[in-house]
Parts: sequence; C-alpha cells; structure tokens
Amino acid sequence: MRNPILYLFAAVAAVLLAWDLYKVFMVLPDELNQGMIYRIIYFHVPAAMVAFAAFFGSLVASAGYLTTKEMRYDSFSAAAIEVGFVFATVNLVTGSIWGRIIWGIWWTWDARLTSMFVCWLLYAAYLLLRRAIDEPAQRARLSAVLSIFAFTDVVIVWKSIEWWRTQHPGPVLSIRGGGGMAPGMQAPLYWNALALALLATILLVLRMRQEAARREIDSLRRQAYAL
Amino acid sequence: MAADSPAVLLEGLWKYFGSFPALRDVSFAVHPGAALALLGRNGAGKTTLLRILGGLSRPDRGKVTILGGATRSASVRARIGLLGHGIGIYDELSALENLTFHARLQGLAEPAKAAHAWLERTGLHAVRDGLAREFSRGMRQRLAVARAFLHEPSLFLLDEPFTALDDRAIAVLQSLLREALARGATVVMSTHQLREALELATDVAMVQKGRVVHSGPRTEAMLADPALLYRTYGEPL
Amino acid sequence: MKFLRPALLIASKDLRSEFRTKETLNASFSFALAILVLFSFAFDPDSDMIRQIAGGLLWMVFAFSSALILNRGFAREVPNDCLDTLIASPVSGAQLFLGKTLANYVLLLLVEAVSLPVFGVFYNANWARRLGPLMLVFVLAAWALAVMGTMFSALTVNLRLRELMLPALLYPALVPALMAAIQLTNLLIAGDTVGKEDQIWFRLLAGFDAIFTLLGLALAETVFVG
Repeated sequence: MRNPILYLFAAVAAVLLAWDLYKVFMVLPDELNQGMIYRIIYFHVPAAMVAFAAFFGSLVASAGYLTTKEMRYDSFSAAAIEVGFVFATVNLVTGSIWGRIIWGIWWTWDARLTSMFVCWLLYAAYLLLRRAIDEPAQRARLSAVLSIFAFTDVVIVWKSIEWWRTQHPGPVLSIRGGGGMAPGMQAPLYWNALALALLATILLVLRMRQEAARREIDSLRRQAYAL
Repeated sequence: MAADSPAVLLEGLWKYFGSFPALRDVSFAVHPGAALALLGRNGAGKTTLLRILGGLSRPDRGKVTILGGATRSASVRARIGLLGHGIGIYDELSALENLTFHARLQGLAEPAKAAHAWLERTGLHAVRDGLAREFSRGMRQRLAVARAFLHEPSLFLLDEPFTALDDRAIAVLQSLLREALARGATVVMSTHQLREALELATDVAMVQKGRVVHSGPRTEAMLADPALLYRTYGEPL
Repeated sequence: MKFLRPALLIASKDLRSEFRTKETLNASFSFALAILVLFSFAFDPDSDMIRQIAGGLLWMVFAFSSALILNRGFAREVPNDCLDTLIASPVSGAQLFLGKTLANYVLLLLVEAVSLPVFGVFYNANWARRLGPLMLVFVLAAWALAVMGTMFSALTVNLRLRELMLPALLYPALVPALMAAIQLTNLLIAGDTVGKEDQIWFRLLAGFDAIFTLLGLALAETVFVG
C-alpha cells in the first residue's frame, strides 16, 4: 500500500477518533446502572473486534502461505498477529478496569475474560515461536501451522468456556435482536470500530514493510557469510 | 521409466531461505549407473541440493524428477539410500534392532533376513545384539552404511560420506558403492575428500553460491590433480 | 491397515527404546509424585475439599508430568539425525506423526495409570466408584494431550529453545480439553453420574480429539518437509 493511502487512513482515523471522543464524553449521558464507566465499552468492544479480525486474517494468510509459499503471506500473518495481540491486550486491560469499577475486582474468571486471556496466551506463544526460529522459510512454515492450530483452538476455547460458566453481562449489542444498548449509544461504537480498524490497518502495513526489510537484511547477511 | 532416462533430473531448481536464494537455477541430469561428485565450499548449497533430492525439503521453483517420479512419492523414497551428516542410528537399540527397524520402514518382505545379511557384510554380525551406543565410532559408521544399503537402493544420496570415517569404514563404503554402481545404481555425493570421491566419480559438478558453475565427466587430469577444479573455477582451496 | 503399519512400527520402536532405559517414564513419574506431595501443602489433604478439587489436582499432575514425555518424543530423533532418516524413508509425514502420537499416548496412559492409585492412597480418595466413565475420561483426555503435544513438539524439535517452547505452546492450547477432563473427573471421583447437561464435556473431549487429530494428520507433512 502506498504512502498517500496510509496518510489518508491515518487522517480519517484521527478525525473519527476525535469526533467519537467528543461524542462519548461530551454528548452521551451516563448509563442508568453503570454510571460513567460504561464509556469504556467504546474501546473495549472495538478492540476485541479488531483483534479477532486480525487473528482471522492471519489464519487466512497462513493457509495462503502454505499453499503458495509466498513470503508476503507470512509477513501479513506475523503483522496481523502482532497488531491483533496489541488490541487483545487493550481489550483485556479495559475489561479489567471496567470490572474493578462495576464488580469491585480487577479480575474474575468469568467466561469471556478467561477466553480472551487464553487466546492472548496462545498468540503470545505464536510470537515466542517466531522469535525462536532464525531461518525465514522455516519460520514462515512452522508459524503458519501454529496460526492454524491457534485459531481453531480459540474457537473451541470460546465455545467451551461459554459452557463452563457465564457470569459476564449478556451480549450487549443488538445484532441478534433484543440487546440492551439504545440506538443513539450504538453509533459511536461502530464509528470507533471503524477508526480502530483503520489504525490497525496502518500498523499492519508498516509492520509488513518491516518484515520485508528484515528478510532483505537476513538475505544480505547470508550473502555476506557466503562470500 | 525408459531405460535411458536419467535417474536424477533437475530443471531450473530454485530454493530460497526467505529472500536468500540458496540454489539458483540448478539444472543437471545424472544417468543410471553414474556417480556424481558435488564439489564446492561449505555453504555453496550442496547439502540443500541433496536434501531436496532426498525429499527432506521442497524446491521453491523448478522440477525434480527422481527415478522417473516425484521426490516425495513413497515408491521413489523406497529406492533411495540416504547417508547424511548424522548416521541415522538409534543409540538405545541394538545393531540388529536398528537394521530390522529400517528394513521394516523400507517395506522389505523379509526384514530380519536383510538385517542379518547386512550385519555379515559389514562385519558386525558378532556384535549384533550390542547397543549402538556401546559401539566404537568405526562400528557405528559401518552400521550406518549397512542401514543406508540394506534395501538395495537404486539411488544413493551421500552427504560428506567419507568425512569422519575410519579407514576400514571408508574401504567398506567404497567397495559397496562400486558394487552398487556395477549393478546399475546411481550415486550423488557431496564431498571435501577429493581423492576418495574422484576415484569413485564418473561425473563432477562444481557448486558455487547456489549455482552449478561446471558439470561434466570426471577426467584423468582431475584424478592426477584433485585441486584442479577449484583452481579452474576461481575458488582456491 | 496399510496406513497404520508404518505408524505402529515407529511407535513400537519408540516404546522399545523407552522401556529399555525407562528414563522418561521414571522422570515423568517421579515428577508426578513430587507434584502430588507439593499439593498436600496447598490445602488440607484430609478435608472434604479434596472431592471438589480432585479432578483439577489430577489433571495438573498429568499435564505437567506429560511435558517431559512429550518433549522426549521427537528429541529422541535428534541425535544422529534420525529424524531426517525417518522423513526420507517411504513413510508419510502423517504416518510419522501418528506413530509418534501413539507412542506418547501409551507412555502418558502408563503414567496416569500409576499416578491415579497413588493419588487415591495419598489423598484418601475412593476414585474407583465410577471406574468405567472415569477410564473413558482418561482415554480421551490423554489422547488430547498426546496429539497436541506431539504436534507442538514436532514444531519445536529443531529449535534451540525446544524445552522452553513446548510448555508455552502446549498449555494454553490444552485449556478446553483439560477443562472438560477436570469437570468430568470431579464428578466421577465424587461418585456422581454424568448427568445430561454434563454430557457436553464428553462431547467436547471427543470433538477436541477428532479435530486436532485430523488437523495434525493434515499438516504433518508440511511440518516435517521444509
């Protein structure tokens, strides 16, 4: 992706975020039961959406790498998981802050918290594995396999922990109908999701460029050793 | 497979480690009954090439045909004898167990018979029940040779076969290879032991930075002066 | 059968060399014992609480002690480059993966079979009241450990940090299987039957086994051949 497009994305994301912050803090009223802390949801939920989109993107790119052996799929996969990992962390931290205010505790082993945390651990392991492999083609191949395993596992983890215990407030969004958020309160959530998605895209593209540069450096080093 | 079709055929082979091309457009053919010595410095790509031939690694571009088939097809792999840097022997198993396991792995009809026969041939029959880890270096190497030969492969892939072998193991390996060549088997070996390799080789290929810079028959001049090739192709020993 | 034979051959080779030295089994079993001892300090071992946490305790013991066995599975092939010889032989990646999984599975079941009665003695727990279903839990959950552990040890076998990488990859991935095993073991050791709503844990275990066995078989060739 060329630079002007990236700048455009950055500008749109900045405007959206500023506008949303204004809406969320200055315009929207406090929520009836939760007071002002509910506003954290405008970052908490979009961060999770972006993280899962990124992890899913890595799954697709990993399958792409294994079928084509094109290194840019590996770059995409690595970049997506790193970016997704950051957003998953945002989701966990904001969730924890919310829990401190509403439940009075920083952490509880509720279904979604646990699932997200296991998911975070799995992708942390992916990042560890990448660091442990020096040869780029081997790294691409093995981490693609791990990405496929991890995503499959995340789906199972999510489902199974849901069965395990459910203490988290039920689905907030009205996607399946019957959710609890007033329509006026929903709009900023979607706009924030868009803004964070743009931000994630920018980070992803930059990280992919870094990966390409890294491969180039590795190749030059190997050539130097072969002299 | 037609009688005169090559045992190994490489067409425009490329292998990358990330962006680094470890093999660049490698093409050559080895005919049945020939012994090709791959020469070149460490890191030139000889091992990478042998690993692709042995089905341990896949090329990124180009075509490999081995004994008329694809490298990873089971029928082709059953006809390859591989002797790499490691000896491929289990230390906790006895000599006989090691060979019987490999004979079964290769799908031989009478694994025990083949194992005993090859223990005889490599002079290890008396110690067949001894664990491999108790063996001397030379005995382990002979066991590895037996392991690579026992399914009577049509193609031998040898990576530095003479390095680290003692005199007796070198003699065993050389005589077995000659015998295999005589029955029409093909050999591809990489080596730094120029004299031993050139004595056996019918053809040579010089690999330099992932390219084959020279390939052709082994000449008497090379035998008289093993360093000739290196001097001719610009890489001093 | 034609597919299974090389897998069984590799598994029996692994088991033969393991039973000759028993190094891994002994290490894994004494590790399991040590964890059982340490747990006795974590809570009052005579209390009724033992019934509620028996499943968790047992599966922690199995999960941790199995890491030794799982690491060893492919590490066994590293000296003398035996793994290369196996990959180059006329055995497919899937067959090699299955053979390694089977060998690990047998060793895991052995450690579990010995640890369970020891647990019963140490913690005065009558674990045999629902023996049939409990065995089913062990059989299914040990396969989950074996299949996941074998896959991840195949991924890490050629890395410098092999021993460090495996636990980091393995334990988060095992969460669903361990959770189901813990839930069911708790119920069964307490002497309860597995009710209708708890059947889901058997389904989860079986599903986990099936999905990752298939995924492992499908991706093994890619993992082994670079």
